[in-house]
Amino acid sequence: MNKVVNNAEEAIQGIESGMTLMLGGFGLCGIPEKCIAALSQSPSIKDLTCISNNAGVDDFGLGLLLQNKQIKKMISSYVGENDEFERQMLSGELEVELTPQGTLAEKCRAGGAGIPAFFTPAGYGTEISDGKEIREFNGKKYILENSFVSDFSIVKAWKGDTDGNLIFKATARNFNPVMAMAGKITIAEVEELVAPGELDPNQIHTAGIFVHRIFKGNNYEKRIEQRTVSS
Amino acid sequence: MLDKHGIAKRIAQELEDGYYVNLGIGIPTLVANYIPKGIDVTFQSENGLLGMGPFPKAEEVDADLINAGKQTITTMPGSVFFDSAYSFAMIRAGKVQLTVLGAMEVDQNGDIANWKIPGKMVKGMGGAMDLVASAENIIVAMMHTNKKGESKLLEKCTLPLTGVNCITKVVTNLAFLEIKNGAFVLKERAPGVSVEEIKTATQGKLIIEGDVPEMRI
Repeated sequence: MNKVVNNAEEAIQGIESGMTLMLGGFGLCGIPEKCIAALSQSPSIKDLTCISNNAGVDDFGLGLLLQNKQIKKMISSYVGENDEFERQMLSGELEVELTPQGTLAEKCRAGGAGIPAFFTPAGYGTEISDGKEIREFNGKKYILENSFVSDFSIVKAWKGDTDGNLIFKATARNFNPVMAMAGKITIAEVEELVAPGELDPNQIHTAGIFVHRIFKGNNYEKRIEQRTVSS
Repeated sequence: MLDKHGIAKRIAQELEDGYYVNLGIGIPTLVANYIPKGIDVTFQSENGLLGMGPFPKAEEVDADLINAGKQTITTMPGSVFFDSAYSFAMIRAGKVQLTVLGAMEVDQNGDIANWKIPGKMVKGMGGAMDLVASAENIIVAMMHTNKKGESKLLEKCTLPLTGVNCITKVVTNLAFLEIKNGAFVLKERAPGVSVEEIKTATQGKLIIEGDVPEMRI
């Protein structure tokens, strides 16, 4: 089953204003930079709800969509490092739902696994638990959290095959595999695209059943937020 | 009085052989520099790495290999990469034995606030809420007072909470304290710091039992 599309522009066909997107990545590590760039070139797509751990920086990653005011709501765990984000949030232009990172990951994993909700201890006793069902198990309190499913999930992998099987590299894996599971339509952009059989089945992280479109991106920028070196 | 390196050194004395440890951003990160001799610990980085190594040499920098503070890092022999859900599975299941994190406020019931100042600063909780809700052993590393000189060890936190009844130990520039039965128990004084100075800088209930020893750093 060949799932290959030519490029990011073709991959994002069907994404419309008002949709909910999941975008992989932690900080700028492992973000689908080609699809984000393509979305920023399509400013008529607006009012997006974006589920992503972070919101990029001012001039890269999701920051590009924020600059264009294409995002209505962000669901993230940490949104520092982005002045435009902060400005839009404080002025009320942008709706923000801050979610504990493990809960965010589990909302995607569970949504992608056909589990509509789950109990977690994260955030019990804080404003995160306001209005949510609390249940006690074995003497400890847990919050009921609903899972997420997206209209489109957009992920970045290291290697992929034309059937959509994916292998991630190092900590660029992060949210990508769980978001890939939770998309009604999942787009994967990869650095290397090979024929079926060229990836070792033992090493595949995401099974192609979860991936609907795949393409090879060229010249990844892979910007580093905190280049830290030892002497 | 301790500087941030001194705080990290004192916390490092709490490490035990075989521990899996998660270090937060800021002072906690420095703990990795002071692991006692003969102690073997494994650092978990919640973005998806167990077995975090030191910062890379300039020629080894890899954009795909960062820690939870988004700094470039390296791996150790035996390291493992995983996705974010798997990472928080090990955290929530209590497999990480020690968590060290910073705070804006801690109170005598073990509540902690470190993610939001209403109307001023909203960066998000990241993984802190998951970590404090699940870890058995949580040490807070912070200055005893804020920039205005106000105590950060309170009777009751005033800022939005990150977690409740979860902090067991606090190491500051002035002292090492344990939180027990609704009070801060003063265990050690930082070098050159008097019990009186610690009393003055602590707003929450402080218990002082006998002669409080000075830390050995």
